[in-house]
Formats: sequence, structure tokens, C-alpha cells
Amino acid sequence: MVAAAEIPRDEQAFLAYVQAGGQVEVTDWMPDGYRAKLVKFIEMHANSELMGVLPEREWILRAPTLQRKLALTAKVQDEVGHAQLIYRVVEDLGKPRETSLADLVDGKAKFHNVFHYPTKTWGDVGVIAWLVDAAAIVSQKALLKCSYAPYARIMKKICWEESFHILHGRDVILAMVTGTPAQFELVQEALDRWWGPLMQFHGNPIPKDDDPMYLWRIKSQGNEEARQQFLEGYVPQIRELGLTVPDPKLSRRDDGVWVYTEPDWDELKHVVTGHGPKTEERLAFRRRLLEQERWVHDLVLAA
Amino acid sequence: MNELLLGLADDELVVGWRDSEWTGIAPMLEEDVAFSSIAQNEIGHARAVYELLTDDADALAFDRTPDEYRCAPLVELHLPDWAHTIARRWLYEVADEIRITALMETVPVAAKINREEAYHRMHAEMWRERLRDEPRFRDAVQELWPYALGVLEPAQRAALAARVGLDEVAAVERGVHDASFAALHDEMTIVRRSAPAGAQW
Amino acid sequence: MIWEVFRCERRGRPFEHAGSVVAPDAEFAEAWAREQYGRRGESVALWLVPRDAIREVEDWADEFDLKYRRVDGYSIKARLKEARERAAARAG
Repeated sequence: MVAAAEIPRDEQAFLAYVQAGGQVEVTDWMPDGYRAKLVKFIEMHANSELMGVLPEREWILRAPTLQRKLALTAKVQDEVGHAQLIYRVVEDLGKPRETSLADLVDGKAKFHNVFHYPTKTWGDVGVIAWLVDAAAIVSQKALLKCSYAPYARIMKKICWEESFHILHGRDVILAMVTGTPAQFELVQEALDRWWGPLMQFHGNPIPKDDDPMYLWRIKSQGNEEARQQFLEGYVPQIRELGLTVPDPKLSRRDDGVWVYTEPDWDELKHVVTGHGPKTEERLAFRRRLLEQERWVHDLVLAA
Repeated sequence: MNELLLGLADDELVVGWRDSEWTGIAPMLEEDVAFSSIAQNEIGHARAVYELLTDDADALAFDRTPDEYRCAPLVELHLPDWAHTIARRWLYEVADEIRITALMETVPVAAKINREEAYHRMHAEMWRERLRDEPRFRDAVQELWPYALGVLEPAQRAALAARVGLDEVAAVERGVHDASFAALHDEMTIVRRSAPAGAQW
Repeated sequence: MIWEVFRCERRGRPFEHAGSVVAPDAEFAEAWAREQYGRRGESVALWLVPRDAIREVEDWADEFDLKYRRVDGYSIKARLKEARERAAARAG
């Protein structure tokens, strides 16, 4: 393993280095293309954590028991904490947090599809904490191997904190599916709405060797691989509760591969480019808050 | 004593509610995380005190009608701006310290609450130092001062005035809820009320 | 200001770099680092250090052979085998 200080300042050599498992630190030389892709990818993750807070925080105020209130508050707090960790990585790569936030609220930056959708019931709270977080953790575990070391390191803390989220989500679901028929229905209905976005979450099935993120080893798994992992882990868990996954084609082949109705990739593109049902409202909300509280930021962080 | 404890628990519950409204939207990310811990602590304190009064803390927290709650108007106010929020945080923590330390001899859990609130006081003082010359903050403190006095029993108010450095004025007393409380209670109980009493969540 | 946060997970363990917070002074850095790195009891202690105070050292000029002062500079197998054989011969 060649030490990072010895990487020649050459894109091909750098590519070979990361593909051999080499780690890159913030002070190392890196090709402009790598740096740009890194900033874009990591910033999208930070934006997603920050925007993901908005659908969930409404339910903190409506939580039906003190325990659930505490757990949901802690979960959302973690997501804000993750945003902080991740924006710090982006900042150290040269893009100030203020610029990232401005790009976000101006619609110039992306965040994950799932956070563009409304939450309608307490059923959504369970489905999001259990299944959306599960889908995210599949990706996040793969990011533990990211070639960019500062990002790989924070993923460790993030994965550790996410593990409670999934358990909390599953506990919320279990309470409802063993509660009243109306509560069971709440869960099924939420699942019906969230299944589409969940299937799109890991992105279209671009082969990993065509995916620049994989070539640079920013991602260490392909999109389809991640989706298959999610299905393998969670469809049995969903079905064993008596819930129905709203895709009649969904089944596991003998060779272990899950087949399913092809997600609408145009819809995914449409949503992540800022046209989801709740995109504009949520960005406007963030914009308003940023402006309203700018004086605090200036007072505390100026000089 | 029970009225006093119920007032304390309801105050912690509702101020925790209001503080948790900032989760995800505080002025900076680092503060968002810290502030949310304070909100969670307060809910935890409410639960601990409810458990002195009942076996079913959730029922006590959620299943009363609005006029059965004993919280002080200060904690009920909807304050969607940072200056007012910090003003309330600071005033509430100073008042609460007076109240809690007075209870420590008779109520065992009060000592635990007091120890946890040392962090809240440190945090509030840190912000007050930073904002003390900001007109928005000073105005907010003035505005909330009569409400802050209403958190304490009359005999304790002189001590509060001394610590805050303001003259005692007519307090906004417990007993009449702020106009915003009905909406708060409604939102707080909306999911709970959607299932029969005793339903599991 | 950027403050680097080092955390100690358990008594007796070394402090390890955990991340950083952006804060105007030590007080804010402490208030914020406490929660970001300690709200789950995952740290028994933190060190907060302004990034500027850290002096990073990352290159050495090791031009000549230093194996004499490292374990990998010693290969005793062959000689040990011979010494054992000779000792056995003397005894036998």
C-alpha cells in the first residue's frame, strides 16, 4: 500500500490508488474531478439529513406517549447531528456551510427523494423510522469503505446512531400491528404510500462500472446491490407482520435475486430535481427560517 | 404539595414541548443538537414528577382537559423566534432553580433534576452573555418578565427579581391558560385521541 | 472558529479524534461538543482544541537503513536452527 504522500499527482495513478483500497485525507492531493464529485455527493447527504428532519418533526409534537415523544425527538436530533458532521466534512473540502445552505434553499442542490414526500399519519412515523432508515443504513454501511477517509470516519458514528432509529421504528410498527385494527390499517396505508419512494431510494440500476462514484470508490457498492440488500433484509420482516407489500410482482427468485415492478425512474429524477410534492414548501420553510434567524448566526459566529 | 408538583411537572412538560419545536430548525446545527437535549431532559423531568403522583404518567400527561393542567402561562407561550426563546429559557431556568432547590429536602427526585439543570443554566447563561446587548433580547426579557414571576409562588419572587436584576411587577399568574394553550393541547393529543383510551402505541 | 474534539470512550483508553464543531469560543464549543459527542454516554471525557493550535507533523526523511532499530531488522531463524543443532550434537 503506497502512502498517500507518495501518490503521484496524476489522475490515473490516483484512480489505481483508490481502487486498490487507498485512503485519501483532506490534505492529500486529489484530482479536481474527484474533489468535485466528493463535494456534490457528500453535500447531498448533508442536505438529505437536514431536509429529512422536516417531515418527522411535526410528529414530535403529536407523539402519543412520553416515551415515543422522547425517542422521536432523539431520532430527529441525531439527524441534525449527522447533518452537522457531514457539512463539516464538506466545509473542510472548501465549501462553506453558508454556501451549501444557500444552494439548498435556492433549489440548486439535491437531497434524497424520500424527503420530498408528505407524512400523513403516525403510521408514517413508524414506516420512516424503520424502513427509510433501513434503506439509508444499507448505503451508509457501504460508505464506511469510502476512499475519502474523513467521510468514512463519520459514517461510523452515523451508523451507530442509526441502529437505534431502526429499532425504534420497528417498535412503533409492532405496537400498532398488535393494537387495534384501525392502527394496523394506519401502518398498511403508510406502507402503501412509501413503497414507491423506497424502491427508488437507492437510485436507478446503473452498473457500478459505469458509475463514477463507484470508480472513485466514493461509493463501494452499486445501486442495485444496495436495493437487493434492502429487499433481502426487510421484505421478510414486513411480510411476517401480516403486512402486504404493494407490488404484486415482488418475489425472490431461486437464485436469491429479488424481482419487482420496475420503479418509475423519470419520477425519481423529477422529484430529486426539486419537483416533489413537498419540495417547494419545505425549501421555502428553510429559507424563511434562515433569513429570520440570520441575526443570531451573525452575532454568534461573526469574528 | 401535590398542586405544586403537578404545576412543576406540567411546566416541564409544556416548556419541553415548546423547546422541542426547535428540533431541526434552530439557528445553527450545533445549537440544534444541544437545544434538543434540553427539551428531552425537560420531558424526562415531567415524567419523573408525574410518576410521584400516579402509576400512569402518560394518562396524566395527555388525558386531562386543558383546564386541568397547572402549567404557568410562561411555558405555554408560542415563541417562534430565537430572542424570545432564549429569554424564556433563561428566565425559566433561574426561576426553576429557586423552586427546585426549595423542594430538594422533601422530594428526592428534585436533586436529580437540579443536577441535570445545571447544564441548562450553563447553556442559558452562555446565550444571555452573547445576546445581552441585543435589543431584541432585552425587549423579550422585559416582555416575558411578568410571566416569569408567575412561575413561582409569591414568597419566592423577590429572590427571582434579585437574580434577574429587575424589579418585581404584577405577575401573570397560573390559573388562566395563555390563548395558545388550547392549540398546543390539541396538537399534543391528536394522535393519542385517535385511538380508544388504553390503546398501545 | 473550528474546534477539534477528542473523546475518551472509557477510563484508561486514549483520547481519539472524534470530529469538530464550529463555535465562537470555548464556552460554546463545550456546550455543543458535550451534546454532539456525549449525549448517549459514549464518551467519559472530551478534549476541545482550536484547530489552529494543532501542529501537524506528517513527513519524515528516512533516507538510510533503519532496520537495526526495528523488529523487522532481525531474522534469527537460520542461526537459531544452527545453534540448536550444534547444542544437540554437543549433548549427544
